[in-house]
Amino acid sequence: MIYVNQLNKHFKESHVLQDVSITFDPHITYAIIGSSGSGKSTLLRCLNGLETPSSGEIKIDDINIFESKDNLAKARSNMGMVFQNFNLFEHKTAIENVMFALIKVKKLSHDEAFKTASTALDKVGLSHRYNNYPHQLSGGEKQRVSIARTLAMSPQLVLFDEPTSALDPEMTIEVLKVIKNLVKDGLKCILVTHEMSFAKEVADMIVFMDQGKILEITPSEQFFTQPVSTRAVQFLSHTQFKGETQGKKHYS
Amino acid sequence: MNIDFTRIIPRIPYLLQGVQVTLTIALVAALIGSVLGFIISLITSKKGLLGRVLFLFVDFFRGTPLYFQLFFYHYGLPQVIPGFLPTAYHSAFVIFSINSAAYLSEIFRAGIQSIDKGQIEAAKALNISTWDIVTGIIIPIGAKNVLPAIINEFITLIKETSVAAVISVNEIMRRHTIVAGTTFRAFESLIIVGLIYYTLTKTLSIAGKVVERKLRYDLR
Repeated sequence: MIYVNQLNKHFKESHVLQDVSITFDPHITYAIIGSSGSGKSTLLRCLNGLETPSSGEIKIDDINIFESKDNLAKARSNMGMVFQNFNLFEHKTAIENVMFALIKVKKLSHDEAFKTASTALDKVGLSHRYNNYPHQLSGGEKQRVSIARTLAMSPQLVLFDEPTSALDPEMTIEVLKVIKNLVKDGLKCILVTHEMSFAKEVADMIVFMDQGKILEITPSEQFFTQPVSTRAVQFLSHTQFKGETQGKKHYS
Repeated sequence: MNIDFTRIIPRIPYLLQGVQVTLTIALVAALIGSVLGFIISLITSKKGLLGRVLFLFVDFFRGTPLYFQLFFYHYGLPQVIPGFLPTAYHSAFVIFSINSAAYLSEIFRAGIQSIDKGQIEAAKALNISTWDIVTGIIIPIGAKNVLPAIINEFITLIKETSVAAVISVNEIMRRHTIVAGTTFRAFESLIIVGLIYYTLTKTLSIAGKVVERKLRYDLR
């Protein structure tokens, strides 16, 4: 279980997270949604210590991740992250991107790392792209390499930070399909996304945030038909989420 | 025209021996300067007291002439530090190293800042250690970005070693002064010296281009 307790984050004048408390069950997939600037990415980035909260604590089981470097490292070893801008190592080929942490962190030999990395790249449909550099790949391919890089470390949980926001619609479909298949195969994740129909299909729980606060945590079928907060109703009407038919057309 | 190389030709080997001295100073300064400069750049890249102090130090060495720095160390300090009598080589090694460390640290700092923070975040999220981030990501990417500036600095360094003549280090320019003084053939000697310097710097810049081409993964 991940316990987030009274988390606050200030960036200069703005109060990005305001007393955020939530418990994430690792057996459930969550989607955090909300308008831009609602604090959803910041919350996600706090979970693996890429942001340090101004106050409050995050515990994974009973380990406080901000207590020591070791604790944070332990938390990160079970948690992968996929970024909006892919963040591939620009000087490494696709396969080297995946192998780097396997060699440096998991201490695999070059051959073992190559084997694990190629399995991961094959899984995201990139068996023909091993030796391409990031600048030679399309956005969708880059994001799939980054997913493979994360999966190769066999994390228990993957944090997706707006994985399709930097992609055009066609590539969005290709990446969402990959993520959907992974979730179907049992991958647990917490995703921050603007793709409502995707969130509805993949997530068990929707965490709705607005202006640095969590307004509701609702099972996903219920959220999209009968959200609790009026802000969510308003948000859903703005994002023009009009039920399943349009949603399906968008990504399957 | 009064040009006569016949008296200079026997002195060419003597002038050429200066190349070894020049290159030794440049090489030592480049090596120590790179290591020192890199450490300084890592510290000044972060905000902090030590970073600010080091920045002042860097700023001083960039803001005063090398000529002054050599004189200050070689002739100034011995007056106030009892028993401190550096040899000419000692002074040259120290000052050229620190001076190039100051310039290189600024180049390295630019290199570190040129790296997209996202890649470092991705590495952190993968639990990659700081050491592996520095050696596996920051150095290779930064090196590619600043290599032309580094080569430029090394070329400047080779040229500036000529200043060491003023504290009587027996490098190329000092040898020229001696040759010109004994043969009264300054012009001819200078032609040779000019060719030597130009050959040295040109070789380095060509080597730099070759290395640069190897590092440009974005052109592959």
